[in-house]
Amino acid sequence: MATNRNFRTCPSSGLVFHEPAEKLMRWNAVVAVVFLLVGGLLAIGVTLTRWQAVHLLDPSLFYQVLTAHGLNMLVFWIIFFEIAVLYFASSTLLRCRLATPKMAWLGFWLMILGALMNNYSVIRGDSSVMFTSYAPMGAHPTFYLGLILFAVGALIACFVFFGTLVVARAERTYVGSVSLVTFGAITAAIIAVFTIASGAIILIPTLLWSLGLIEHIDSLMYRTIWWGFGHSSQQINVAAHVSLWYAGAAIVFGAKPMSEKVSRTAFLLYILFLQIASAHHLLADPGLTSNWKIFNTSYAMYLAVLASMVHGLTVPGSIEVAQRMKGYNNGLFEWLRKAPWGNPAFAGIFLSILIFGFLGGISGVMMGTEQLNLIIHNTIYVPGHFHATVATGTTLAFMAVTYFLIPVLFRRKIMFEPLAKYQPYLFGIGMAGVALFMMGAGTLGVPRRHWDISFAGNVFGYEFPGAAWLMMGLMGVSALVAFVGGALYLLITVGSVFLGQKIETPGFKHVGVREGVGALPAAAPDPKGAHAGIGAWGMVAPGTFVLALVFLGSFVLYYFVNWKYLSTVWPLK
Amino acid sequence: MSAILPPSERVWWKQPLDRVELIWIVIALVWCLIMFFMMPYWHVYGKQNLANEAFRATPAEYLKKTEAMIAQYKVREEGAEGQKVPVVAPPAGSDVYLVARLWQWYPILELESGKSYRIHLMSMDWLHGFSLQPENINVEVHPGYDHVLTVTPTSKGTYSIICNEYCGINHHTMASKLYVK
Amino acid sequence: MANATQSSNPGPDDLFDEPVPALQQLLDNPFLLLFLGIAIPTVLYIVWGVMEIVSVPIAK
Repeated sequence: MATNRNFRTCPSSGLVFHEPAEKLMRWNAVVAVVFLLVGGLLAIGVTLTRWQAVHLLDPSLFYQVLTAHGLNMLVFWIIFFEIAVLYFASSTLLRCRLATPKMAWLGFWLMILGALMNNYSVIRGDSSVMFTSYAPMGAHPTFYLGLILFAVGALIACFVFFGTLVVARAERTYVGSVSLVTFGAITAAIIAVFTIASGAIILIPTLLWSLGLIEHIDSLMYRTIWWGFGHSSQQINVAAHVSLWYAGAAIVFGAKPMSEKVSRTAFLLYILFLQIASAHHLLADPGLTSNWKIFNTSYAMYLAVLASMVHGLTVPGSIEVAQRMKGYNNGLFEWLRKAPWGNPAFAGIFLSILIFGFLGGISGVMMGTEQLNLIIHNTIYVPGHFHATVATGTTLAFMAVTYFLIPVLFRRKIMFEPLAKYQPYLFGIGMAGVALFMMGAGTLGVPRRHWDISFAGNVFGYEFPGAAWLMMGLMGVSALVAFVGGALYLLITVGSVFLGQKIETPGFKHVGVREGVGALPAAAPDPKGAHAGIGAWGMVAPGTFVLALVFLGSFVLYYFVNWKYLSTVWPLK
Repeated sequence: MSAILPPSERVWWKQPLDRVELIWIVIALVWCLIMFFMMPYWHVYGKQNLANEAFRATPAEYLKKTEAMIAQYKVREEGAEGQKVPVVAPPAGSDVYLVARLWQWYPILELESGKSYRIHLMSMDWLHGFSLQPENINVEVHPGYDHVLTVTPTSKGTYSIICNEYCGINHHTMASKLYVK
Repeated sequence: MANATQSSNPGPDDLFDEPVPALQQLLDNPFLLLFLGIAIPTVLYIVWGVMEIVSVPIAK
């Protein structure tokens, strides 16, 4: 079989694209955006129903729409985009041909088939079981079969990724170690393999159960193993978007990682411990001991939190160093004030870091504390948390890199550039509001996945305080802002990809692998003391350090406020 | 040595760290350890901990125990005509059984402030979520697992129990009262 | 490492052919990492968790 070894060098970025890999990246990214569109439309139904003053949908439709919203956003949009990222981080960044493009297409079509089948089961109306599909509440067999097919497709894509690493090493397309962004992608792919394995362990028996071939699925066993899939799938995102933070800093600022050793060790902690935090979801369950809960929920003594705190320092830190080297060396924050705030790629990444850390990170650790979980378990605080992590952290980072990828990968100019400037702010700030107000309502006890917190006509109903209603209303208003941001993103990306002005390169031709992969760009030698003369207090990035301390202060304060709140609750043992 | 290019030095492991990274790693590690040890600390010195006490049980057995308790300690009935739910006032320290099922909490409990009760939680069918408002105590309720919590209500009043684990089309109607005298 | 001799930018490290530290070798080996990243959560989370669930006693 002849291997397509044709490459294209991007004239603007100097990146090298392997033809079949490029096509796969384009298609995975396009399909991802289609699922984002579907999930976004469904989100309108969800928020406008939970906003009690509007209360748009009837209960049956609401639960159906909520199920589809969760699956299309948390699984299909994210994973399709991540597959594109994996191919980019392996084939493009390693200047290597993609291993077995045919298998990659097989994986792609399986994922499409699975996603369509799963959506079909929800549209049928008998599978409104939410993203979590907790047995013994059953869905139509196509619900589970769709997810399984999708997972098999994603697994194939992960192995194509690993195969490409092998090819790159065998064909010596790089020297020494892989790039840091590729290493982050390796982290994401490893977590993905664990995720898919857990999914298989539990979804295959559940499929057989839905077909009547197995009599009983234990609810606790299901929840435990399912969360190995459900939570870890969102940890893939963390690894992926942190890699993209580093990529964004490198692309926009030419920033270098502050230290390869620190950043890679932080990723190693993700590989080892991030997945076990699936236990976050089981802290209020019977049958699992506190030993298991404490060890797993804390990622083995919070080592993965340590890793995130390190990334949260080193990404902005590397940006600060790059900016200071360019001469923005005055005071603590000149580097930040003079950052390209009008560049959506930068603005998106920066908001992603900020909101992921302050809202998503702090709330996640609080919820994941064994005892504190008692006061928020299954309240709307939980979706508040993951809208800060997945919707702003991950989705906003993905949106930001799209602004870079459209000219590079699709060779089109960004349309509506003045609008693109504002898009990350609208989406990021709107979604941060959604997350924040959901958390506020959750603190007041408002349940998640609930059609009517007014309990209309119910003699035993509970009357939530006015503040809870206000929070839900503010959530609705913030969601409208986020919708505008999301719609702009879709308009800009779809418009640019299909109608944008083509970027023509005179004399462009495809070239074979040996010619196509030019000499490695000579990295500037890093003489000792290259950073001399920048920064303050003996630190190269003092501004970032101050920001980090502000973060830590909020973290400590918020954490202990919740312990204080817990201590006033009825004693329980 | 940009993040999207391979590191320029073959051995990057031995590159010295900048002070900013070193200090931050130490601070973050200390904070992580504090957070970790808060959990065992609270088991020893705190008052709000979930018990590790749980048993495997069948819905039929559990319901039988519940009915026995209702027969013994029932004080009245409440609710809309045709859908009356018994109210029980069990003595302090006793085993109190609460059934979660589609879409009802059964029976209604009447407890005394300052006294402790062994409250059992179990579902008869799907997963449910015990959510006591406005205290905001939230516990997952499984079918097949009898979860025992020793609870001490501290203030008098009328409380609500709502379901906060999605359990089908009438999930939002699943609510009940809990009285503390 | 054989690749080192091809480096377009020989640093002082290459001249002495310094051995690559063990931890860097671990980080450069995606398949070892893949093994660890699956084995550790499988043992700590899934196996330990399942063992606890099956050992829940039966109600009297």
